[in-house]
Amino acid sequence: MVLSCTDVRKTFGANVVLDGLTLDVGEHEVVALIGASGSGKSTLLRCVNLLAEIDDGVIRLDGADITDPRVDPDSVRQKIGLVFQSYNLFPHMTVLDNITLAPVRVHKRSAAAAREQAMEWLNRVGLADKSGSYPDKLSGGQQQRVAIVRALVNSPRLLLLDEVTSALDPELVGEVLTMIRDLKGEGMTMVLATHEMGFARQVADRVAFLDKGRVLEQGPPEQVLGDPVEARTRQFLARIIEAGRL
Amino acid sequence: MSPTPPYRLSDVQQDRISFRRRKAVRSVLLAALSTAIVGTLLGVLVTGAPGWDRVRQSFFDPRIAREWLPEILEGLWLNVRMLVFCAIAALALGLLIAVLRTLRGPVFFPVRALATLYTYSFRGLPLIIVIYLMAFGVPGLRLQGTPSVTVLGGAAIVITYGAYLAEVFRAGIESVHPSQIAAARSLGLTYRQSMRFVVLPQAVRRVAPPLLNDTVALQKDVGLISLAGPIDAIRAAQIGVAQTANFTPYVVAGVLFVLLALPLIGITDWVTLRAARRQNAGT
Repeated sequence: MVLSCTDVRKTFGANVVLDGLTLDVGEHEVVALIGASGSGKSTLLRCVNLLAEIDDGVIRLDGADITDPRVDPDSVRQKIGLVFQSYNLFPHMTVLDNITLAPVRVHKRSAAAAREQAMEWLNRVGLADKSGSYPDKLSGGQQQRVAIVRALVNSPRLLLLDEVTSALDPELVGEVLTMIRDLKGEGMTMVLATHEMGFARQVADRVAFLDKGRVLEQGPPEQVLGDPVEARTRQFLARIIEAGRL
Repeated sequence: MSPTPPYRLSDVQQDRISFRRRKAVRSVLLAALSTAIVGTLLGVLVTGAPGWDRVRQSFFDPRIAREWLPEILEGLWLNVRMLVFCAIAALALGLLIAVLRTLRGPVFFPVRALATLYTYSFRGLPLIIVIYLMAFGVPGLRLQGTPSVTVLGGAAIVITYGAYLAEVFRAGIESVHPSQIAAARSLGLTYRQSMRFVVLPQAVRRVAPPLLNDTVALQKDVGLISLAGPIDAIRAAQIGVAQTANFTPYVVAGVLFVLLALPLIGITDWVTLRAARRQNAGT
């Protein structure tokens, strides 16, 4: 198992966001987290990346407990990539500097090597001509692709994607989803929180439906999205279909 | 393929343009007229005042102004040097204190507490009192190698302004959205690296206008070191006033201070305008 969450609990005051959540993710596996707003998808991703501290349970990365307070969080985060809903690019840096910051400062690569690697990635995703631009000159879809590249150049063991298309105009969603599909083809292990059920069906090996801070139901996309066992999953999907999102 | 003919504006648009042009000409004429009226009224009011002749003799005597200008200019050179040194030192001190106040963890409690105490007390303490304490109190200790009164006065200005600038820097640091730190940390950067490469560059850009504004205030408060004795522009003017029994040297010094401030004020306005434009350009 690359990632293994066991009985994870996370509260914000009286609000229990994760309530004994258990989820395993294997090597080269892509798991889509679905569920209503507030079901704990984003919180789980933040906890895995140690941006939020859990209140109980264990999270393991490659078998090692990363929620042990004796573990250096920076060394854990170096192995996990996280992409945010609102991109969170650094507005005062060019696209190239955004991408090479961590390779140079954290992984101590030479500036030239980092630049070369960044340009290779930008070429692949068709953004090489934007390398000297500042983020505010890019469309949302371009910014999000840069954000994904920024996470990938650190060669993470695990890539977490937090509703990466939710802030995008509909016509820009496709370019980001294509990129994620390509990553799956290369065997990247990914956990993605998403509202795009059609995409979850295409790209995920497994879909996990989160409800009230637990994984209520999980399985192959055809089963969970097509023929769910749990009543609450059916309700959720019915609402999504009504909203025209499936 | 024939070249496309140049675009011809419609009659409606041409009419709009000529209307706007007529309106613009009228606005300029109106502005000139109202300025002339206000200017004349002000001039009549001041020069028509019963004591105007006396005031003109004792504040605006061109002969005395010419006579004392060189001495005051010489003093102003000290102000300029003080300004450059004090501004740089106060900005560095302010940034250092602001960063110290953001440090977390129990080890840094005393550092945090001292930095907070410093910003609280020196923002409340009048600059004049700090200058007196430094310039007259410190030499009173009779320590070996006590620096000159000018340096001590400069230090008083740096300490006082450092406290203000620290708060401006801190406001800038706090204005950077937490998601920026989350992004930096998620890439594996340490807290210090996140501050240095992500938070501080954005914070300093954002508070550049208020920082420069405080520097303008500092440039005139530099004149307060005359209280400690060194002959700066104000001190030179004071000597002139005492010798001629005429206030014109003060007016000369005042005009020179304004002229000295103008470039800095211009830069401040330009930076503020640019920052506002950038904010309006969207995120």
